[in-house]
Formats: sequence, C-alpha cells, structure tokens
Amino acid sequence: MSRQILKVADSKKVSSELFALTYGSLVSQILKDYENDEDVNKQLERMGHNIGVRIVEDFLARTNAPRCHDLRDTADKLQTAFKLYLGLSPVVSNWNPAADEFSLLLDSNPLTEFVELPEGHHTLKYCNILAGVIRGALEMVQMEVQTWFVQDQLKGDNTTELRVKFVRRLEEAVPVGED
Amino acid sequence: MADEVLFDLLHLELICTYASSADECKEFDVSKLETIGFYTGYRLVERLTREWARFKDELDIMKFICKDFWSSVFKKEINNLRTNNQGVYVLHDNAFRFLTKVTNSNQFLSSTPKYLAFTCGLVRGALMNLGITSVVTADVSSPPSCKFQVVAQRM
Repeated sequence: MSRQILKVADSKKVSSELFALTYGSLVSQILKDYENDEDVNKQLERMGHNIGVRIVEDFLARTNAPRCHDLRDTADKLQTAFKLYLGLSPVVSNWNPAADEFSLLLDSNPLTEFVELPEGHHTLKYCNILAGVIRGALEMVQMEVQTWFVQDQLKGDNTTELRVKFVRRLEEAVPVGED
Repeated sequence: MADEVLFDLLHLELICTYASSADECKEFDVSKLETIGFYTGYRLVERLTREWARFKDELDIMKFICKDFWSSVFKKEINNLRTNNQGVYVLHDNAFRFLTKVTNSNQFLSSTPKYLAFTCGLVRGALMNLGITSVVTADVSSPPSCKFQVVAQRM
C-alpha cells in the first residue's frame, strides 16, 4: 500500500475537514439544545464573537498590520484574514454610497463542505459564527460593526453574501466587555 | 485549509459553552462535549480511511489511530501505546496539544478533564466507525502529558 504518500497529500486538507466536521457536530448539538432557530443563530454568533476577540491578536501578531484608515482598508484586511485562516478569497463588493457598508461574497465556503440543511430550519443561519468572528475581531480594534447574512448557498442562493455595516468608532476609554 | 489556530479557538469555545457552567452539572455537560467529538470522529475517519486497505485486526486499527489519525488531528503521533491484548489499550501522549496551551504545571489539574472530553469522543467515534465499540476515558497526571484508555467491548 502507498500509505505514506497518501498521508502527505492529505494532511493539509484534513485540518479543514476536521474544522468543518467539528463545526457541523457543534451546530447539530446546539440545534438539540435550543427550541428555535433564532436562539441557535444568536448562540453561534456569540461563540463567533468570542473567537473573534481572540483571533484578532493572532492576526495582528502575524501580519504586523497597522491600524485601518478607512472601511475600505478594513475590508482588505478582512480579505487577508479569510485567506489566512480559511484559505478563501472573498470578493468585496456592493458598497453603499456612504461607504459605510459592504458585502463579502463567498463562492465556496469550507464550513459548508459536507452540509445539507434538514427540512424545517429555514431561519437557521448555519455560518453565523463567521458573522460573530468579524464583529468580535473588529470590536477589539475599536470598530463597532453589524454583520449579517444576506444570501446563503445552503438555502439555494447563488452565492453566500455577508454584509458588514460600520456603526461607530469605539472610544479608547470605554472598556469593551464580552456579551 | 483552515488554520490550526481557528480549530484551537473553536475547541476552546466548545469548552466554554459546554463545560463552564456550575460544577454540579459538570458530568452532564462534559457528555455533550464528548458527543460532539463522537460525531466528528465518526465522520472524520471516513474521510481519512477512504483509500486504505482493510485493517487486519484490532491492533492494526489502534496503530492507525495512534499514528495517522493522531497526526492528522494533532500534528504528532501518540508517544506510547500499551495493551493487555484483551481489549484494553492505553495511549500515552507526552504533550497533548489541547493541554500544552493551557498549563504545564499541576496547579490547574482539577480543570483539565474538560479539555479531554472532546478528544475522548473523537477517538470513540473513529473506532465506532471502524467497527470497534469502546469506552474511552482520559486522565492527566502531570500536564501536558496525558493518557487515553480505550476499552474495547467484546461481543
């Protein structure tokens, strides 16, 4: 058997499968824990937020990225982060005229690689953890944003669209607590 | 490819969600972590063994768990595997990844079990899908080294 060869070829792929499968098991457990999908979405967002506040430190340490000057800058950084952590390059588009809102378009999503939504969960936002991660990470660099999914491939849309809206700049003096 | 940091943080968040509440319901909470691990392991091993030849026997499967399975999840192999040849296996990991980031002293010994529950489930799920029904427990004597004990149930 050519076991050795297979192992080397697969080792990179496995880690993303491991992540996707772990996340899937988590979502199915949370679905059992909560009665309605809205609560599940909230819980996933909350967990994402907690991951976000931690992962931003790793991101800044690795990339030596300076402070963002404007939201376009932030969008670029988010793109880099997606590349670094998920191996994805989302497309940044759909800027609104005031330039305080944009969309991240994900044409492939490693989280949903093995996923089929069961019947009766139309309001479930499977990838809501990503929205939380972005919100949490940006909160740590003094930006309050709102994030939500506009389109979702799991629900039959052509692409997955994550909308990010800048709310306000957080002042240094205000201690930022967890949810 | 998902970065390892992301997986570590997700695991940490699993623990925060399912094992941080009051101590009296600790047993119950850890069992949910174990369940999540179980389903992950059950599915993961299918992906890992896709192109493998059939395993010869139970020991062969355990060797696979110690080497390939462990290195694909934790980027290292199990340091020591012991068995009594009657279905009990002890897997010794000298530097368990989920513990190396937490502690290397005995000070936090009492809070280590929750870092192991997911992995116990992971191993149990993987073995289940390879045809071995088992009970997997873990214990830590001096972090970050730990032992996983697998007791295969004979039919």
